[in-house]
Amino acid sequence: MSILVIAEHDNSELKGATLNTVAAAKEIGGDIDILVAGMDCESVADSASQIPGVNNVLLANKETYKNSLAENLGNLIVELSEGYSHIMAPATTNGKNFMPRVAAKLDVSQISDISAVISDDTFERPIYAGNCIATVQSTDSIKAITVRTTGFDACESTGGSASVNSIENDTNAGVSSFVKEEIAESDRPELTAAEVVISGGRGMQNGDNFSLLNGIADKLGAAIGASRAAVDSGFVPNDMQVGQTGKIVAPDLYIAVGISGAIQHLAGMKDSKVIVAINKDEEAPIFSVADYGLVADLFEALPELEAKL
Amino acid sequence: MKVLVPVKRVVDYNVKVRAKSDESGPDLSNAKMAINPFCEIAIEEAVRIKEAGNAEEVIAVSVGDASSQEQLRTCLALGADRAILVETDESVEPLGVAKALKEVVSKESPDLIILGKQAIDGDANQTGQMLAAMLDLPQGTFASEVEIQDGVVQVTREIDGGLQTLSLTMPAIITTDLRLNEPRYASLPNIMKAKKKPLETLSSSDLGLDLSPRQNTLKVTPPPERAAGIMVEDIEQLVDKLKNEAKVIT
Ligand SMILES: Cc1cc2nc3c(=O)[nH]c(=O)nc-3n(C[C@H](O)[C@H](O)[C@H](O)COP(=O)(O)OP(=O)(O)OC[C@H]3O[C@@H](n4cnc5c(N)ncnc54)[C@H](O)[C@@H]3O)c2cc1C
Ligand SMILES: Cc1cc2nc3c(=O)[nH]c(=O)nc-3n(C[C@H](O)[C@H](O)[C@H](O)COP(=O)(O)OP(=O)(O)OC[C@H]3O[C@@H](n4cnc5c(N)ncnc54)[C@H](O)[C@@H]3O)c2cc1C
Repeated sequence: MSILVIAEHDNSELKGATLNTVAAAKEIGGDIDILVAGMDCESVADSASQIPGVNNVLLANKETYKNSLAENLGNLIVELSEGYSHIMAPATTNGKNFMPRVAAKLDVSQISDISAVISDDTFERPIYAGNCIATVQSTDSIKAITVRTTGFDACESTGGSASVNSIENDTNAGVSSFVKEEIAESDRPELTAAEVVISGGRGMQNGDNFSLLNGIADKLGAAIGASRAAVDSGFVPNDMQVGQTGKIVAPDLYIAVGISGAIQHLAGMKDSKVIVAINKDEEAPIFSVADYGLVADLFEALPELEAKL
Repeated sequence: MKVLVPVKRVVDYNVKVRAKSDESGPDLSNAKMAINPFCEIAIEEAVRIKEAGNAEEVIAVSVGDASSQEQLRTCLALGADRAILVETDESVEPLGVAKALKEVVSKESPDLIILGKQAIDGDANQTGQMLAAMLDLPQGTFASEVEIQDGVVQVTREIDGGLQTLSLTMPAIITTDLRLNEPRYASLPNIMKAKKKPLETLSSSDLGLDLSPRQNTLKVTPPPERAAGIMVEDIEQLVDKLKNEAKVIT
């Protein structure tokens, strides 16, 4: 078995999601290589080479790969695919973007969002907003897989010494180009990697009121999330949406404030270790998954919580 | 310009689906079915492009059994001009759906193909990207804004860190995210009119396609249950429980 893991990065830092993906690869077993494709991303390759258990780091350092355009990156991975039994990436928006292109070009069926490894060809994946877990067996010769990062604890990030090999392939498809990016800057931990997440919903009423969560987040070192209703209403940006069609999180502590607990929201957070719900409606479905529920007006409860921490 | 919109019939998003007790699959008996919400957004976008004068025709297509005609009629009521059903009784994986759609694309030569980013049943999030690869076309996935310019389409995408804007040559493939638009409701007169709009049926065997699955679903089981929680009286008790019982804060 020989596995190619596609690194998640921003050209300067290796993202934690890569470590969860390598952890899933280790459960499958076999030789593990990591592809770092980007521009001026030597530091990422260097970090990848330190992950214990990695054999080779392939570094494709070219303008073509700077913005992870799916057309260019997909073609590169297809060119490199020979000899690999598994090609794996985290199920981030980036992984979801290019991996199906790789699978289609190789004429294999992709296995999306695996949450457990049963054997080298059999995996668990959640379907129907996580209300069912399907165990699927792939009959394809190459398995194209995206990994639900919350299903696998991150592996160690240092201690290894893989070799870094530059590759010269240039697979510019010439059909798409990067225009611009608006990336949210935040000193808080990444939503999908944070140990504590506090999320606000429509009950927050407006964007300004989200500042009520800031003080608590500061004290707990938490990331701040939101329901779809809060994002759709323009309270907060899209990258904060937790749920079936947003980000999947599983922190040690998830605090839901003014969120009713729709199936689609629960799908993104119900694997959290401890769930706290604060809602003024005692019938709110969020209480059915909460370890600790508090029926209260959030405008009174939040300042009090901040003060007591 | 022609816009093609692939749509999928799925269980209604309000239905809480459970696994069958024999673990053979999800229990969908008597479940309410609907058009996949992301596909509804795709149809809406296509119709708006036409209404803005940037397209002449909107074609809805579905791969599925005869019951998918219901969702295609909905698309016609929402403003699609005609519909195509690629009929198959098997449940087809995204790879197979993309192969079937590729045949439809080669017959229709659309300039733009708009799909949902994911179907809320399989949650695969694959079909649009696979179709794009098979046709060697550019893709703008998870779109929250689409702007047609001269021969190119500019797509703003919802990505993990925020928003990204790409420029794609046409023909191009777009997959929709939640905030692209708010779909309209079909009016009664439009529902009546839709009954007269053309709906063509192709059979997957006529297209000479092998849509057989590459994955076997060995079992479908419920997710692990959470232990029942408790209600606390006030913030003081909550903080105490988190510190001393759950031990998740210090
Ligand atoms: C295709 C599709 C995909 C979706 N994907 C997602 C997704 O990924 N993530 C997601 O979150 N949703 C998603 N949704 C939307 C989901 O169905 C719900 O509409 C949404 O989660 C509701 O958000 P909410 O709980 O904030 O709002 P509401 O349901 O309106 O709930 C607000 C809650 O706040 C409480 N409240 C109000 N005022 C106060 C107060 N002063 N103090 C305390 N409590 C208060 C109310 O009692 C209520 O329970 C999706 C829907 C569809 C159709
Ligand atoms: C429990 C379970 C068991 C299954 N078992 C099998 C099995 O044994 N064999 C098998 O072959 N398949 C099986 N499937 C596949 C299933 O029927 C879906 O067709 C498949 O998962 C497609 O994934 P998706 O709809 O999530 O695709 P996505 O890629 O998430 O869909 C994205 C978009 O693609 C378009 N699209 C998707 N499907 C269609 C369509 N049919 N027609 C037109 N446009 C479409 C829509 O625009 C949609 O919004 C199973 C699925 C489940 C949930």
